[in-house]
Amino acid sequence: MQQVISLILENKPGALMRVTGLLSQRGYNIESLTVARTLDPELSRMTIVVDVDSLQRAQVIKQMNKLINVLQANDLSEVPAVVRELVLLRIRTTQESRTAVLKEAEIFGGRVVDSSSEGFAIEVTGAPEKLGEFVDVMSAYGEVDVTRSGALAIALDSKKLRLQPPVPTVGQPHAQPAQK
Amino acid sequence: MSTLMSGARMLAECLAREGVDCMFGYPGGVTLPFYDVLYDHQIRHILVRHEENAAFAAEGYARATGKVGVCCATSGPGATNLTTGLVDAMMDSIPIVAITGQVTSKLIGSDAFQEADTFGITRPCTKHNYLVKRLEDLPQAIHEAFYVASTGRPGPVLVDITKDVLQAQGHYVPVTSIHLPGYKVFTEGHTGQIRRAAQLIQESERPLVYAGGGIIAADASEELREFVRLTDTPVVNTLMGLGSMPTEHPNFISMPGMHGSYAANMAMTGADLLIALGVRFDDRVTGRLAAFAPHAKIIHVDIDPAEVGKNRNPDVPIVGDVKRVLSKLNKILVETPAEAPPGNNETRAAARRGWWHQIREWKAAHPYDTSTSESEIKPQHLMAEIDRLSGGQAIVTSDVGQHQMWAAQLIRFNEPRLWINSGGLGSMGFGLPSAIGAQMARPEKLVFSISGDGGFQMAIPELATVANQGLPIKIIVMNNGYLGMVRQWQTLFYNDRLSSVELSCFPDAEKLAGAYGFKGRTISKPWELAAALKEAVDEPGPYLLNVKVTPFECVYPMVPAGSAINEMVLGPPQPVAVPAD
Ligand SMILES: Cc1ncc(C[n+]2csc(CCOP(=O)(O)OP(=O)(O)O)c2C)c(N)n1
Ligand SMILES: [Mg+2]
Repeated sequence: MQQVISLILENKPGALMRVTGLLSQRGYNIESLTVARTLDPELSRMTIVVDVDSLQRAQVIKQMNKLINVLQANDLSEVPAVVRELVLLRIRTTQESRTAVLKEAEIFGGRVVDSSSEGFAIEVTGAPEKLGEFVDVMSAYGEVDVTRSGALAIALDSKKLRLQPPVPTVGQPHAQPAQK
Repeated sequence: MSTLMSGARMLAECLAREGVDCMFGYPGGVTLPFYDVLYDHQIRHILVRHEENAAFAAEGYARATGKVGVCCATSGPGATNLTTGLVDAMMDSIPIVAITGQVTSKLIGSDAFQEADTFGITRPCTKHNYLVKRLEDLPQAIHEAFYVASTGRPGPVLVDITKDVLQAQGHYVPVTSIHLPGYKVFTEGHTGQIRRAAQLIQESERPLVYAGGGIIAADASEELREFVRLTDTPVVNTLMGLGSMPTEHPNFISMPGMHGSYAANMAMTGADLLIALGVRFDDRVTGRLAAFAPHAKIIHVDIDPAEVGKNRNPDVPIVGDVKRVLSKLNKILVETPAEAPPGNNETRAAARRGWWHQIREWKAAHPYDTSTSESEIKPQHLMAEIDRLSGGQAIVTSDVGQHQMWAAQLIRFNEPRLWINSGGLGSMGFGLPSAIGAQMARPEKLVFSISGDGGFQMAIPELATVANQGLPIKIIVMNNGYLGMVRQWQTLFYNDRLSSVELSCFPDAEKLAGAYGFKGRTISKPWELAAALKEAVDEPGPYLLNVKVTPFECVYPMVPAGSAINEMVLGPPQPVAVPAD
């Protein structure tokens, strides 16, 4: 099944590699992956969609949480969340079907971002399944070329980011840190 | 307060602050500045003969002491040579820190001489890794590396440092705190869950402790013995956990798994409660997972949340440091004796007596094979003699193969950190370099390094290190003339078609050791064995003893791949009577 994971990670060199490396190393198939800075420029948020056996879902989250640069990993398949994706679609169309194409785009809440005598470039955002339908419908009118952003997700309830406090370095060996 | 110094000196200062007294490594172009500092530094640098062995030696040091082992290599080939040792430490959760040199930061990405993407290559080989390109980041990275390596579930951490950082001058400000906001270490264990565990233990009729390397990593042997004293539970130790319960303890059964004992595997299968402590339900232990411990409820204690429920869903998951969890559990057991858990106490006590009776029967029915021969040295005979000399007290490092399994079966370990082997990765070539690390760490200890004739030849260059350092390691080669373990599989599962497993050439041990300046000898007769081992042990310096053993012995019991662990093959197939024609 598809699992939507939201990660907050430190913007450290190699952090992205650790996440993608972990996914491939453990044999999880990445359906999509997006990453960008958060309000705090030191952190990034990633949305990852993986295709995993439902028994493996907790394991994926635990493995992500083990990465030192990952501050939080949440399974959004389990909590109320919104998942959205953006598609940019270019269609070559005949003069006769131009109006029909525009009409369909409107039904899907699309926006024409470029128009020429050859056809259009259209932007649509929505739930990933919805975008699939949009692409199917458009393909009926002519040759299409598509680029998709991958899913972006946000939980509807906020989950507090739990950060570990600093520890003193003095003394060897390092004792297991105390835990409240 | 701060002092002006080079990055290379800062590195040495940071290592010294972490208590590093000795490290294992091999120099090269980009680490020259660091080696210049080491020239007259208090840290002792042991020059090995291959970087892989620097990592193995660091592991040996760490496994023998619990302290962080340190190894060092140059950029490019030096760093890539370390990787087997890093993965080995990763698989067995051994705390080591690897320092590698990297080409000057301006050259990174230009395919410079001896450039390799060490940071990228070692990402999956380490618990965490660093690439340091600015001097001001160096002290922090080093201290973080030691912290990460030694806390939580231990593991290897690599710090890759560019040459310009080692050369740069800067003010050294000692680091006083580490801040890793995303590094969560779970230590305490949930009290409610620990109570539930106590209850299950008191209700159980056929309980069994399945204890592994986590007990040793957490230094929890004492707590384990106390638990066993309170509950009179039988114990099995995994390959990684040997020594966490003294072999001679009356409650100790032995090792379970692919080459575990009949009694241990039957007990796993018959138990109604498995108390899994610092173990990971590894496939070599569980056999066919679906058939593993089919009647048992599971209490699983581990410091790594990802291990709990990874292979088998526990009834009581407890994420925490097994030392602290066990001491809490013991306290609960003392405070709330099993006065009235549901069910009848009389029947339960009778059932427990029955369980012990059953275990003793299993033990008696099929003990490990210790047979000897009058004309040849059997591998089991060799291990029994080493065991006699060790008396459960010596450090024994092992390589990988048949000898490893016989050593694990037949040598007693009455303390933790005596049995040192490559469990998870199964890296041939591990035995000798890990003995170097162990002997450096524990100079007062008798150290046996046991290898096969195959694995020994992978580590042969380290004879020079042994000689250089004058380490009194007793290097025992169990020489069966074959890559024995692979030969065993070919015999049993590939119609005895022995393909590329014969080691027809082995050097003369006396000449070989002599060439390095120490004593060596080859023996092949059973009546020579005891005296030859005694001579090796009595020798104040290193000793190489090449013991020619019967070539075609197989390790039993054996759980064939894909079988349940109670479906053991207990011995060689009996010859089938040929019908008369
Ligand atoms: C580096 C490495 N290569 C290959 C193997 C596969 N392997 C496992 S046991 C074994 C045979 C080891 O032979 P030897 O060292 O003579 O020990 P024996 O089994 O004969 O006791 C081999 C080749 C391995 N474990 N490690
Ligand atoms: Mg051999």
